[in-house]
Amino acid sequence: MTSSPSFFKAVFAIARKDLATEFRSRELISAMLVFSMLVILIFNFALELNPDARRTVTAGVLWTTFAFAGTLGLNRSMAVEKDRGCMDGLLLAPVDRSAIFFGKAISNLVFMLLVEMIVIPMYAMLYNETRIFQLEFFGVLLLGSIGYIAVGTLLSAMSVQTRTRDVLLPILLFPVAVPVLLASVKASGGIVAGLPFEDYVTPLNLLIVYDVIFLAGSYMSFDFVVEE
Amino acid sequence: MIEVKKLVKRFGLKTILKGLDFSVQPGEFVALLGPNGAGKTTFLRILASLSRPSLGSVKVAGYPLPNESAKVRARLGVVSHLPLLYPDLTAEENLEFYARMYGISNYHVRITEVLKMVGLEPRRRDLVRTFSRGMQQRLSIGRAIIHDPEVALFDEPYTGLDQDASEMLDDVLRSVAAKGRTVVMTSHDLARAEDLATRFDVLSRGVIVASGTKDDFKNSNLLDFYRKALET
Repeated sequence: MTSSPSFFKAVFAIARKDLATEFRSRELISAMLVFSMLVILIFNFALELNPDARRTVTAGVLWTTFAFAGTLGLNRSMAVEKDRGCMDGLLLAPVDRSAIFFGKAISNLVFMLLVEMIVIPMYAMLYNETRIFQLEFFGVLLLGSIGYIAVGTLLSAMSVQTRTRDVLLPILLFPVAVPVLLASVKASGGIVAGLPFEDYVTPLNLLIVYDVIFLAGSYMSFDFVVEE
Repeated sequence: MIEVKKLVKRFGLKTILKGLDFSVQPGEFVALLGPNGAGKTTFLRILASLSRPSLGSVKVAGYPLPNESAKVRARLGVVSHLPLLYPDLTAEENLEFYARMYGISNYHVRITEVLKMVGLEPRRRDLVRTFSRGMQQRLSIGRAIIHDPEVALFDEPYTGLDQDASEMLDDVLRSVAAKGRTVVMTSHDLARAEDLATRFDVLSRGVIVASGTKDDFKNSNLLDFYRKALET
């Protein structure tokens, strides 16, 4: 009756299951959204900026917001698997365990991108900043989110096995994700400031390299992280 | 079907399993008995490839662990203390998810068959969060046998079940055994174990201290056999 499922079928089964679960409960997205909006509002009140200053802080404010909101989502997404023993259910499947990493990473990425797509128009309204509606800016958002989620999914699988998981994930994640966040802020900041492509191509290239490294590193080490 | 030689499992400085030897023939129903902390769950987790042995060799369905763990997992069904189910999915969606993970073709037919077997067909479209503990445990067994495994590992399957739910679980376990599947079940419920199993192994202080069939204690009962094993 059983034939081992293909790697990709297992990846999409996990991602699909996560999306279906979240569609029902709306626990994760709503927490990430409310948190993001609060951060954007707090920044808005704290930094009473003139239009020129806004241009320089936009990328920093947005990436700070997405990084914190992303951590909330990553923690919750893996805790759901751990709390009811479902992680064991996944580990018992006759499939390469890196499929679990990619399945979880895809669903985490979808949640983060959804939040970003809602937060960006909010930000544009509050800060009267329309230069973020550029295809290049969305490209950087996607690349930055991929890198952040890749390393975040791996570290959340590690931290969820500890008692201090809520505290441990940001402590582990932020130092490791600094290169991705810095490159994302530099590249998206350059786009918002209207700089020529040559001026932000270096952080963009770095971002791509970090994405590849984080995805490959997480793929290779996930099996060891989840094993008892 | 299961062959374990000189199995040692350490967590830090603490040794849980101390050179355990164990073997099970195809079609046997083994009740693994023992006091709390004896290492039963640790042992089952190693057989399920969820934990690596520190020393010793483990073979399940002819494949060595941990080297061939994916092949072992394809032939294994596991029920643990926790249901391993997603509360925000329906019973059917939970089984569908696991059927996809096990690469089952034409899984809709199999899901209906399994739901009927565990008595949850009328509740197939209800969210698991609305299920009682007994119903969740029955669905958990459905999840474990969805791919019709050759070997079934049940870790305390009766924990938290009422009388009706326990009787229904008896029927499910009997039907799994009747299909010639190999079953290893840990339990503190000696009466149930005596009723269902064909062999009884007692695990204490990290080793198997006694092993016997019903014929070995036909003049007494399993409780006496168990007590005597623990005294040795």
